[in-house]
Amino acid sequence: MSDALLEITDLTRTFGGGRSLLGAARPGVQAVQGVNLQVLRGETLGIVGESGCGKSTLARMLVGLDTPSSGLIRFGGEDLQAMRRLDRHALSRRIQYVFQDPLSSLNPRMRIRDILAAPLKHLRGLSGRALDTRIAELLEVVNLRPEFVTRYPHEFSGGQAQRIGIARALAAEPEVLVLDEPVSALDVSVQAQVLKLLRRLKAEFDLTYLFISHDLSVVETISQRIAVMYFGRVVEEAPTRQLFSEPAHPYTRLLLGSAPVPGGPPIIAESTAAELPDPLDPPPGCAFAPRCHKAREACREAPPVLESLSTHAHRAACLYPERGPWQASASTTATPGAP
Amino acid sequence: MHLYVLRRLLMTVPVLLGLTVIVFLIMSLIPGDPALAILGSYATPENLARLRADLGLDLSLPQQYWVWLTNILQGDFGRSYHLNRPVLDEVLERFGATLILAGTSLVLCVVIGVAAGIVSAVRQYGWADRIITLLVLVGISVPAFWLGMLMILLFSVELRWFPVSGMYSIYGGGDLPDLLRHLVLPAVALAVVAAGVIARLTRSNMLEVLRQDYIRTARAKGLDENRVILGHAFKVALVNLIPVIGVQAGFVIGGAVYIETVFQWPGIGRMLVNAISTRDLLLVQGGVLVVAASYVLFNLCADLLQYWLDPRIKA
Amino acid sequence: MMAFVTLLARNRLAAFGGILLLTLVLLALVTPLLPLLEPNATNPANRLQPPLSEGHWLGTDQLGRDILSRLLWGLRVSLAVGIAASLVAAFVGSLIGLVAGYFGGRTDNTLMRGIDMLMAFPYILLALAIVAVLGPGLLNALYAIAIVNIPFFARNIRGATVSIAHREFVDAARLSGKGDLRILVTEILPNVLPVIVITLSTTVGWMILETAGLSFLGLGAQPPQADLGSMLGEGRRMIINAPHVATLPGLAIFLLVMSINLLGDGVRDALDPRLKSGALSRPAPMTRIRRRRHTAVDDDLNAPGQDPALLEVDDLHTDFEVGRDTYRAVNGVSFTLKPNECLGLVGESGSGKSVTALSLLGLVASPPGLISGGQVHFQGRDLLDMGIRELRKVRGNRVAYVFQDPLSTLHPLIRVGDQLVEALRTHQPLSRQAAHQRAVELLGQVRIPNPTRRAAQYPHELSGGMRQRVGIAMALANDPQLIIADEPTTALDVTVQAQILDLLKRLREEQGTAVLFITHDFGVVSQICDRVAVMYAGRIVEMGPTQDLLANPRHPYTRRLIDCVPRLGEPDNEPAAIPGLPPAANALPPGCAFADRCDLVEPRCREGDIALIASDANRQVRCIKPLADHTVIGAAHV
Repeated sequence: MSDALLEITDLTRTFGGGRSLLGAARPGVQAVQGVNLQVLRGETLGIVGESGCGKSTLARMLVGLDTPSSGLIRFGGEDLQAMRRLDRHALSRRIQYVFQDPLSSLNPRMRIRDILAAPLKHLRGLSGRALDTRIAELLEVVNLRPEFVTRYPHEFSGGQAQRIGIARALAAEPEVLVLDEPVSALDVSVQAQVLKLLRRLKAEFDLTYLFISHDLSVVETISQRIAVMYFGRVVEEAPTRQLFSEPAHPYTRLLLGSAPVPGGPPIIAESTAAELPDPLDPPPGCAFAPRCHKAREACREAPPVLESLSTHAHRAACLYPERGPWQASASTTATPGAP
Repeated sequence: MHLYVLRRLLMTVPVLLGLTVIVFLIMSLIPGDPALAILGSYATPENLARLRADLGLDLSLPQQYWVWLTNILQGDFGRSYHLNRPVLDEVLERFGATLILAGTSLVLCVVIGVAAGIVSAVRQYGWADRIITLLVLVGISVPAFWLGMLMILLFSVELRWFPVSGMYSIYGGGDLPDLLRHLVLPAVALAVVAAGVIARLTRSNMLEVLRQDYIRTARAKGLDENRVILGHAFKVALVNLIPVIGVQAGFVIGGAVYIETVFQWPGIGRMLVNAISTRDLLLVQGGVLVVAASYVLFNLCADLLQYWLDPRIKA
Repeated sequence: MMAFVTLLARNRLAAFGGILLLTLVLLALVTPLLPLLEPNATNPANRLQPPLSEGHWLGTDQLGRDILSRLLWGLRVSLAVGIAASLVAAFVGSLIGLVAGYFGGRTDNTLMRGIDMLMAFPYILLALAIVAVLGPGLLNALYAIAIVNIPFFARNIRGATVSIAHREFVDAARLSGKGDLRILVTEILPNVLPVIVITLSTTVGWMILETAGLSFLGLGAQPPQADLGSMLGEGRRMIINAPHVATLPGLAIFLLVMSINLLGDGVRDALDPRLKSGALSRPAPMTRIRRRRHTAVDDDLNAPGQDPALLEVDDLHTDFEVGRDTYRAVNGVSFTLKPNECLGLVGESGSGKSVTALSLLGLVASPPGLISGGQVHFQGRDLLDMGIRELRKVRGNRVAYVFQDPLSTLHPLIRVGDQLVEALRTHQPLSRQAAHQRAVELLGQVRIPNPTRRAAQYPHELSGGMRQRVGIAMALANDPQLIIADEPTTALDVTVQAQILDLLKRLREEQGTAVLFITHDFGVVSQICDRVAVMYAGRIVEMGPTQDLLANPRHPYTRRLIDCVPRLGEPDNEPAAIPGLPPAANALPPGCAFADRCDLVEPRCREGDIALIASDANRQVRCIKPLADHTVIGAAHV
């Protein structure tokens, strides 16, 4: 695959760990474990998972806000860590980030002008008249009125604030935008506005998106491919349509079955109160095995690797992947997790 | 669980060592010949030579510290040339008196401060709150030594309710009632400032806690207001207040320096002030070390109490 | 800045403190210009004159020096030293705090361990030790006081910095190409500055007091120079014979420190945004109720079926009074709920759905909340007519709540079992043991594995889903007839939400409890609710059986809101957006609140209150032109 813009190989991030004062080894929490992913130029890759699955940690490593414990990220063929060391700004010029909480990502004591000017000055070297022109352009691009430049963040609604966040990311003229739950904090009516804007910008500026969300239906509308994460690992990866029509990993099926659709079929729920494994004491095998109705001995021995299924593009990390089409209503009776 | 206690206990060791380092460094700031500075008018050539050897003045600074520390650890704090007795004996004798005064004061200020703070929070913007707020303001603004004098003027000189000064009557005293009579004024004067601070922090803490979601839950359960305030809100506020009380204990011990001077209380504070004016530096050093070390131990107890009350603190 | 001064001036005590301080500072400044006697000129013949004596307004001291003159000159010294010490401590302490808080890790550890060392000394003792070594003197006292106060600044500023440094805008600044120094100065410092000012304004007084204290002990100002403290110290020996010599300087210190503290409190309050919003007020046990007449809107509420209603809410109004603004959060809500029915209250944030839910049992925080109209009939009695005593017997008993965030709504320091026991024993005469037994049963009933062990745990030891199960168990404790669930699954992950929804459904089937379910999620509504009421700008705009309403909404807002929701499995169905924003709750327009965003709007829509009218059997809509079945609107325009 020559047109991979981002290549992530065996990426792992461990928090904590090391040794305590008394010399005992402390367990570390593996937020991201051995993730392999490729992001193609011009595509939108959706990353879906519930809280604690490591999706945000992954995103932060991609933009250089966090450093991997091991593994490699290549950006356009270059090692991202080397790029960061060489020139901190080079990376920020090519890959930018949009935050989840639009208000807390804007400094309450700075005017919009100053917020947008920072990347233009430091990353693009603009000043004077050119700077002002560019700020006005950026506001126009995200459908905000030019007079907003003199206002402070608290004067904006969540949707407007998120547009400012997007404008700031665009100011660096990046190739890739990492969108970390960009619409989760917004009401549905505003969420739709922002999604629409994101779609337009992608076409207008030839962007590549990495769209992170816990909300399957949002990811579905915007992504070409989707990777599902569970407990720090990618458990399934497929083109969007394929993932929704033939989900292979039992976790993906659970996720799909759990999402309530307005006027849709009844959701599937696990009958027991299932939980994530203890991150300080993870199970040796598949992290989903304790919740999985198909789990057998082999699942509990070693974590399964991501392997291609029917097509090369569809991969799942499961020893006994589900086959065949999936329909929410069809599986209502198949309540997993029976004792 | 016990791991935390163990760790907290072990952490005290470097803190205590740190104390000795700071005290040692401060002492090494003495300009000129330390032995001469310490001995002052008692500086005979023999005394000077002996002290120089004791202090290890010909050694490097870390070596000096080591010699000094080993002496301290063996209970050898040196000799007060002014009083002509070992520093430790004098310090320990005085320390008892200070403990009686500061301990009483601390209990007073915690009880009064917490009670006033709760009333003030529960009756926010009511009359009780206004009066308490005003009293608190006066309490934290008044110089304790001045308040002490005013109290002497009023209660001892004018009304003759309490003795003017000292710890025991010179003639025929020495029993507990006598001690208590002497204790009332200095203990109250010493408690005022800390009580004000504690009341103020209790109030703001209670108000903060009362706005929390779990208080709404308690009310949604149908609990009566007393139970909501004392059983639910105060429980959390208390946990937050323990470190505050720890800090206030430091202020009370520090304030004892003034109050002991005003009331002629034979405690360590007055000893320190006298020692400073007579340049009895070894006595100052010993006094500071002993008081600081006991304060560290007090804070250790406060931390352990907090740990015991708050299950969220994990090892 | 002007707003800050106005706020400060509005606080009468702070203004008084400010004026007093200003007077004292001015006096100190002009002292050299005043026609005063030489402060250090002794006159033994004239010693210990009482106040108001010839030529000496405030008398003379033991050496016959004029006390008034000495007082003013001493005030100068005390002010200068106190302020200088404060500034030194504030500068050094803030610097340490900023650096430690921002860089964290090893830098933080090293710096803060050092600060902890300083704090391990009982405050003034360290100052004494420093003065003892450096020798008595005003400058040395200044250093000593400044050093012992550094930890306060360092700790406070570090705390503020840490909370700022972890905010997303700092990451954003980093990605904008800003370096560490620039981030510290332009992003963090402006946000930490209020904390520095507050700490400074609350410690200056204290530091003046402490410098005076050192001088009082004879360790600060040395004769003939005098500050207020040393005058007090010298006068101490004559306290019985000539009390004025010591009491006057003491009074001066007291006034000075009090004026600073008053002003400092005012500054703190003016800089704390929470005070302005009333967020620091203590919520009363029950929402304030002051019912007044509202323009009546005849809502048609003929609920389906003939069963008597369990809950009948009629024209409920709840306002938030913040400053001079009145925010109408709930603006005439009426609905009924039958036994064993589940009604969903749906709306976006700010629509008033949660406030409606909390108003029913008077749980809206008050101040600033105020129930300004309406009735809440539960089993025939108006809950808003009951006093708090009677209401308490309903709360958690016949009507119970399940709240949104199970971590913040459970008491953090009480074992979950004990929290259940408390709920049980408040309304039932059970022994502790019996109640505990029942609590464990309840935990089992909400399918918590190993309930006996879980009962002994604290909320922080449970996962989000488990905590919400505990919340539900607590609501079930006294077999309520009505459960009000306020976004009970919003804080949960989707698979856990599915578990909780499933649990609620089953419990409802088993117990026959009525449920008022508040949510923003149409998907959740269609899973659990029999009927739905859609709220917009504090009013119900549409109500009806769930599937019916979702398939054929009558109100343009409902239609468009449903169109905004992306549907799983329909990736080509691009969600449409609603242009504009809901109206501000303190400036609601006359007529339909949705008119400005509606593309079917007519002049009639803005003319007056619009009533909820029956559109079909069992359905009501607040619109003069309800939509017909299968109407498609909006999408083409956006």
